[in-house]
Amino acid sequence: MLEVKNICYDAGEFSLKSVSFRVEKGDYFILLGESGAGKSMLLETIAGLVHPDSGSLVLEGNDITRARIQNRKIGLVFQDHAVFPHMTVYENISYSLHGKKINNREKKARVNGIAELLSISGLLERRPATLSGGELQRVALARTLIQRPKILLLDEPLASLDSRIKSELRSLLRKIHHQGQTILHVTHDYEEALSLGNRIAVIHQGSVIQEGTPEEVFRNPKSEFVAHFTGARNFFRAHGTGENNNSIALLENTLPVTLLPLVNTPDGFILIRSEDILLSNEPFDSSAANNFEGTVAEIIPGISGTDVVVNTGISLHALVTPESVSRLEITEGKKIWIHFKATAVKFIPA
Amino acid sequence: MKRYQSIQLVFIFLGALILLFIVSPLLGMFLKTSPRSLFETAGDKEVTGSIWLTIWTSMSATVLFAFAAIPLAYLLARKTFPLKKLVTGIIDLPIVIPHSAAGIAILGFVSRDTILGKLGSAIGLNFIGNPAGIAIAMAFVSIPYLINAARDGFAGVPERTEKAALTLGATPARVFFTISLPLAWRNVVSGLILMFARGMSEFGAVIVVAYHPMITPVLIYERFGSFGLKYARPVSVLFILISLSLFIILRMLSNDTKDISFNRKRKNKKTEIS
Repeated sequence: MLEVKNICYDAGEFSLKSVSFRVEKGDYFILLGESGAGKSMLLETIAGLVHPDSGSLVLEGNDITRARIQNRKIGLVFQDHAVFPHMTVYENISYSLHGKKINNREKKARVNGIAELLSISGLLERRPATLSGGELQRVALARTLIQRPKILLLDEPLASLDSRIKSELRSLLRKIHHQGQTILHVTHDYEEALSLGNRIAVIHQGSVIQEGTPEEVFRNPKSEFVAHFTGARNFFRAHGTGENNNSIALLENTLPVTLLPLVNTPDGFILIRSEDILLSNEPFDSSAANNFEGTVAEIIPGISGTDVVVNTGISLHALVTPESVSRLEITEGKKIWIHFKATAVKFIPA
Repeated sequence: MKRYQSIQLVFIFLGALILLFIVSPLLGMFLKTSPRSLFETAGDKEVTGSIWLTIWTSMSATVLFAFAAIPLAYLLARKTFPLKKLVTGIIDLPIVIPHSAAGIAILGFVSRDTILGKLGSAIGLNFIGNPAGIAIAMAFVSIPYLINAARDGFAGVPERTEKAALTLGATPARVFFTISLPLAWRNVVSGLILMFARGMSEFGAVIVVAYHPMITPVLIYERFGSFGLKYARPVSVLFILISLSLFIILRMLSNDTKDISFNRKRKNKKTEIS
């Protein structure tokens, strides 16, 4: 579908260093990276707003590296949506239909169709200045989708939106993806990446340093940066069991974990910060809802503490001080108890 | 009651002095001109012809030169190129040089033995002592106002908006006419009005290029030189009144089209309330 091959671009402050990855048709591909990693520049390069110093871009078998922007059939939605302030929502959405051999009736039908999909039918006569951030983002999506792009590029589309709007837009993006739209989405938010992507590439200082499924990237971070950036070693696919309003979820179909009730969807990912896991030699009575016995599989000393890997059927990482390791006499193969609160379990719907 | 700090009172006093400095000579001139002499002047064909000539030459200069000045302003706002600072400096030159000197320079540029003069002669047009020469002199001294205002307007248009239009399949020309120009329109119109106004008030450069036909600033000077203050005053008052009315109308028209989004916002709010 889209092959990005060894793209290099030096813009002084930012640079792209031989970036390569491949997005397949129907993918929801996430480019995950910190601010300043070169994500937006890469999207602008793919869209044709910036020409790379070297490398090539191939879309459906055609080299588009030097193709004109208007001939690429690539849609780009900017972080700040860049809706045209002097036009109505209708004029914004129909902007790309100008010059195409479409009569007014068909034009109207297409605008209405896309407006309905994005739930903005009631806004068509409004001016952008009267719209909220979420509505503007929907208009920007509609304006881009109406030209039926081969691939939709999204530049931090959920940044600077409040959490309710974010969740609505996530559902909307899933819906658009399920209708067959190939999407390349850049974000700095790993929750967004897990919630939406079926493939993730991590970009750092202008280079792609890891690529794979969410499980591959989060479970086996290939570098310290990825491990740190993705934020959690304890990362699992989870499924609500239906018990107690879905307040018990099964991790990797193995370990039942208590968490805050799953209101909307029983499927997703679970993250438990290794700093939130306690270790003890004996079970003890506390407010922690999750208490499991396991075997110490590995002890990994690090700068920010010692990572103790405990096998409880699945491997859980606990970050403790070296003093605790010696006080509890933790050694590999030893039986040990781990404890964490239901509120320490972070659920990300998928 | 709002309390002012002593420094603010000093500023208010100084500001009032400046306002007085601007208003009192004008007010004095208006008060010393009787309505009768004003009506008589308004009926004087030489005066009305000269005012009409001033308006249309300045307007023609503004409209004609805008076709090249606006694209130049866009380039200056969007592109970086070698010697850009020099280009910007050149554009501001007409503001800093004495206008009589500018007139001498233009005279040398459009006289019969120059390329432009010869081209003009070929089609039967002599710039010296001709409205075309007046328009060129007016444009020379007033064009920086249009270019600078339009450049600021284009610089204020977010580049992302233009980029978004490009990704929506628009050609660069369509992006300019449907996005950049409408969004910078308020500044562009402001620049057009400033250029027009500055052209109308030009005296130094025009008098060197064309004493005749007489534009109003030259006519005022001529009446003052030949007949004295009393005869120059009614023409001045009439010219000021007409100029002011014209600019107020132009400003009102441009306010109607400026910041459409804001006006619509207010309209929508009203609808929501009702």
